Amino acid sequence: MSGKVKLHYFNGRGRMETIRWLLAGAGVEFEEYFFETREELIKLQQSGVLLFQQVPLVEIDGMKMVQTRAILNYIAAKHNLYGKDLKERVLIDMYVEATMDLNDLIMRHPMQPPEGREKNLALIVDKATNRYFPAYEKVLKDHGQDYLVGNQFSRADVQVLETILMMEEMKPDILAKFPLLQGFKARISNIPTIKKFLQPGSQRKSKIEEKMVPQVMKIFYG
Amino acid sequence: MLQGTHTPGVLRKVFGGTHRNLKRGSMSGKPKLTYFNGRGRMESIRWLLAAAGVEFEEDFLETREQYLKLIQDGHLLFDQVPLVEIDGMKMVQTKAILSYIAGKHNLYGKGLKERAFIDTYVEGTTDLMQMILTLPFSPPEAKKKNLPLIIEKAKNRYFPAYEKALKQHGQGFLVGNQLSWADVHLLEAILMVEEKEPTVLSEFPLLQGFKTRISNMPTIKKFLQPGSQRKPQPDDKYVATVMKILKEG
Repeated sequence: MSGKVKLHYFNGRGRMETIRWLLAGAGVEFEEYFFETREELIKLQQSGVLLFQQVPLVEIDGMKMVQTRAILNYIAAKHNLYGKDLKERVLIDMYVEATMDLNDLIMRHPMQPPEGREKNLALIVDKATNRYFPAYEKVLKDHGQDYLVGNQFSRADVQVLETILMMEEMKPDILAKFPLLQGFKARISNIPTIKKFLQPGSQRKSKIEEKMVPQVMKIFYG
Repeated sequence: MLQGTHTPGVLRKVFGGTHRNLKRGSMSGKPKLTYFNGRGRMESIRWLLAAAGVEFEEDFLETREQYLKLIQDGHLLFDQVPLVEIDGMKMVQTKAILSYIAGKHNLYGKGLKERAFIDTYVEGTTDLMQMILTLPFSPPEAKKKNLPLIIEKAKNRYFPAYEKALKQHGQGFLVGNQLSWADVHLLEAILMVEEKEPTVLSEFPLLQGFKTRISNMPTIKKFLQPGSQRKPQPDDKYVATVMKILKEG
């Protein structure tokens, strides 16, 4: 009995956003339950449904899944977005692990005290510009294909696009030195499922507003 | 897939193919691990290879020059270690490497759902071990404060989850009825926490049994013996070496 996929999280990006992207990229509809107070999160924790007392929680195929990577891996494999063999899979894993490292920095940035924020932004921009984006640019250059791995659309394309767009929010000209990534961004953005997700009114969440940060921290940390 | 002749740029970084890369690669065909001479993020990889009965070689980073040369020669896709050269590929990113080894050596369950369980369990043990592995690199006041918090998390969040998983599953292993990556990773985590707090399993009888059982599996038993490639706990010298090589504040 497969009901709709249900996501449990707060009404913002956090660690759930990559899951929203991948479901959307795969053309999978999903429902969302947002908790707005710490009490609601605690209730969820007390219900015993969270294996490690943490969200994201995704109800899918009769399972109540936690742990972002486990959820992403399941969705990718189920929807044929994980390459066709072990070697393609490991390339995809290498590429998405790196996006998750960068996403983590981006996600934590608003939590920096105001004094440290400029320096932190510079650090993130430096990593994107000098470590991560050059690697992806070279991948595209070397095989000359439209997608990152195996000449077909995979989670690597979805996750790298997600990260590119988040970096552009921080620094609009971040792709200035990466012409192939610019082309990649345009191409992947135009894939029908992704295009739909990028339109206003989709379940894509906005960048968190600075004034909301204390409220969100309160939900998670009390 | 890739043919033998021209393998440009990044794929060469990953798949090898030049004289220089072949020279670096293992002559014996065994996987070759490049990392500092200590646990860090490579230790879980050593555990998994050992459990799978796979012999491996190690190249230890001792100077910043060595590390910079690895980067200059294009061996590190994201300028980071761990690096594992295996099956003609230069793999980076710990999770990617572990998933590959698990998949190759039948330690990743049967089917999507078993895989999902394994992934979920190893994410938990990764989070727990990550707290311990970063501890030596934090300032002394933070160290003193954080260790009790880690033990508390082990006792109240992680170990209860695995105790319950074993209870509900009712088998010798966490997932399915054979050894998987999840079992190896959990044993590694248990031993790591026990090094900090020897009585940590006192309220978890099933985990105690699990620990004994998995420790006695031949490949793991061998890895647990002195003289194996298992690394000791980090000391000040290790921390200083890593900081020097990475020049991280």
